[in-house]
Amino acid sequence: MLKEAKGEGFSFPIYVLFSIALLGVLWICIAVGSVFISPADILKAVWSSLRGLPVPDGFAQSIIVSIRIPRVLAVALSGAALSICGAAMQGLLRNPLADGSTLGVSSGASLGAVLAIAFGVRLPGFAGGGVMLMAMTFAFLSMLVILGLAYRLDCSLSTNTIILIGIIFSMFVNSIVNVVVTFAGEKVKTIMFWTMGSLSGSNYQDVLVLCCALLVGGAILLHYTRELNAFAIGEDNARHVGVNVRQVKLVIMIAVSILIGVCVSIGGTIAFVGLVVPHMARMLVGPNHRRLLPASLFGGAIFLLLADLLARTLLNPLELSIGVVTSFVGAIAFVYIFNLSRKGKS
Amino acid sequence: MLEVKNLLVRYGDITIVDNVSFSVEENQWMMLVGPNGAGKSTIVSAISQSVPYQGQVFFEGQDIAAWKPVHLAKNIGVLSQQHYVSYAFRVEDVVRLGRYAYGAGLFSAGDDAEDRRMVEEALEMTGVKPMRRQTVTTLSGGELQRVFLAQVFAQNPRLLILDEPTNHLDLVYQKQVFGLIRDWARQPGKAVLSVVHDLNLVKAYGSDAVLIHLGKCVAKGETAQVLSRRHLQDVYGMDVYQWMNDLLCQWRE
Repeated sequence: MLKEAKGEGFSFPIYVLFSIALLGVLWICIAVGSVFISPADILKAVWSSLRGLPVPDGFAQSIIVSIRIPRVLAVALSGAALSICGAAMQGLLRNPLADGSTLGVSSGASLGAVLAIAFGVRLPGFAGGGVMLMAMTFAFLSMLVILGLAYRLDCSLSTNTIILIGIIFSMFVNSIVNVVVTFAGEKVKTIMFWTMGSLSGSNYQDVLVLCCALLVGGAILLHYTRELNAFAIGEDNARHVGVNVRQVKLVIMIAVSILIGVCVSIGGTIAFVGLVVPHMARMLVGPNHRRLLPASLFGGAIFLLLADLLARTLLNPLELSIGVVTSFVGAIAFVYIFNLSRKGKS
Repeated sequence: MLEVKNLLVRYGDITIVDNVSFSVEENQWMMLVGPNGAGKSTIVSAISQSVPYQGQVFFEGQDIAAWKPVHLAKNIGVLSQQHYVSYAFRVEDVVRLGRYAYGAGLFSAGDDAEDRRMVEEALEMTGVKPMRRQTVTTLSGGELQRVFLAQVFAQNPRLLILDEPTNHLDLVYQKQVFGLIRDWARQPGKAVLSVVHDLNLVKAYGSDAVLIHLGKCVAKGETAQVLSRRHLQDVYGMDVYQWMNDLLCQWRE
C-alpha cells in the first residue's frame, strides 16, 4: 500500500506524484496518434495558440489544439468522473460490482439522451443541453427504480440481486431505445452515431461541461468520504454512528447521476471504467474512501487515456471505439472480481 | 435516563410490539428477555430509530424521534449481534468511525485531539490495540465483535444498546465482552439496555429485566423478580428452573 499521511487521507507529495503521472500520460496521448508530434512542437503549438501567434507548421498546430487536446482532456475527465462514481456506488451499496454500467444507470442515461435526440429536446442557448439534462434525469430515475426494485426483492442489496436487476433493467431500457430508433425517422443516423459511443469528436465545450460536472459532483463525493466509509462497513452501522442515511444516500445518488448523465451525453456508454479502476485503486490504497476516491479520480483519468491511446493506435490507421477496449479489459476484470466477491475476499 | 412509553410496532397488519413501556436509569444494565419472536430486537430497533413506531421514546425527558442522527449517536450507541464486512478496512479505521458524530459538520477538519484520545482508549479497553493495523476481513467473529465494541466505546454514548452481543461468540469471548460492558456501565452517566437469550448471563450481569412475550410486556423490575419460576413457565411453556438445575448437575465434580 502507498505510504499515507498521519491522518486517513493522502499527503501532499502523493498528490504531486499522481499529478506528474497524469500529466505524463496526457503528454504521451497528445503526442502519439496517426501523426507523431514531438514534445517541442506540442509546446510550441500550445504557446502560439495561447498568444495568438502564427506558427510555421499550421497543420500540427491545428491537430494539437483543435483535435487532440480537447479529446484527451474529455477522455481524462470522463475517466475520472466514471471512476469516482464507481468507487462511490461500490461504497454506498457495499457491493464491489456496483458501477454505472453494471447497475444499468448508464443504460437509463442513454435512454434519456436518445429520447432527447428523437424528440428534439433542446435548452435555449446551450447546444446539447437538452440531451445532457435528459441523460442526467434518466440516470437518477434509473437509479431510483433499480435500487427500489432491489430493496423490495432483497433488502440486503446483495451482489447477485443488484447485478441481476441491473441486467434486466438494461435489457428493458435497450428494448425501449430500439422502439424509439424504429420510429425516429431521419434522426436514426444521429442516434446510431451517438449510441456507438466515442469521445473522438469532443470539443472545448464538452471539456468545459465535463469540468464543471466533475467540480460539482466530484466535490460532493469527496466531501462524503467518511459517510461512504460508514456505508461500506454497513448501512446499519452508518445509521448507528450518526450518519443521516437517507439524506446522504440521496445526495450521493444525485451527484453520481449528474456525473454519469454528463459523461453518457458526451461520450455515450463507456462500460466498466467505474468497475475496474476503483477495484485496482482499492488493491493499491485500501478501501478507506479518503484515499480511494482521490486514487480512483487520478487512476480513472489515466486508465481511460491509455484505453483511448490503445483504441487509436492498435489498428492504425483504423480506430477502435474506446468502449471496445474498456469492455474487453472490463469483462475479464468483472469475472475476476465476481469470483473474489463470491468467495468473500474482495 | 431512557423512558419507553406505549411502544407499538406493526409490520403491515401484524403487531410485533404491543404497547410496551419501561425505563432505564443511570448505571442500570437492563436486560430484554423472552423467547424467539417475542419482539425484543424490534424494540431495540425502534429505540435506535431504525424502524417506524408509534408511542414515545424519551431520553432525559426529550422525545428522541425529533433528534438529528448525530445527536442520537452521541447519546445512544448500538452494537449489533453480527457484522458482515465486505471491504478490508483496518481495525483503527472502523473504530475511528465511532467519532463520526463529533466531527460531522460540513467544514469539519476531521479528527481532533479528543477524537484521537477516545479512539486510543477504546482500542486499549477492548484489547484490539495490537491488531489496529490489521484488516477486519482477517479477524475471527469474536475479534470483530470486540472491534465494533471499541467503535461504540469511541462513540462514547450515554446509553449502550446491545442486540444479542455474544450470540456467535465462544465462552472466552462471551466472558470478555460482558466483562468489558459491565465495567463500562459502571462509569457515571452510563447505562446499558440489551437483548440476551442466555438466562444465566441475564442473571449474572443484569441489574433489571423486562420479560417480553408475543410483543407484550409480561413483567419488569429487578432481574430476580422478573425471572421467577412462574413468569418463565408462562412465557417459555416449560419449567425453566428445573431444566437449568438439571443442566448444572452435569457440571458437579
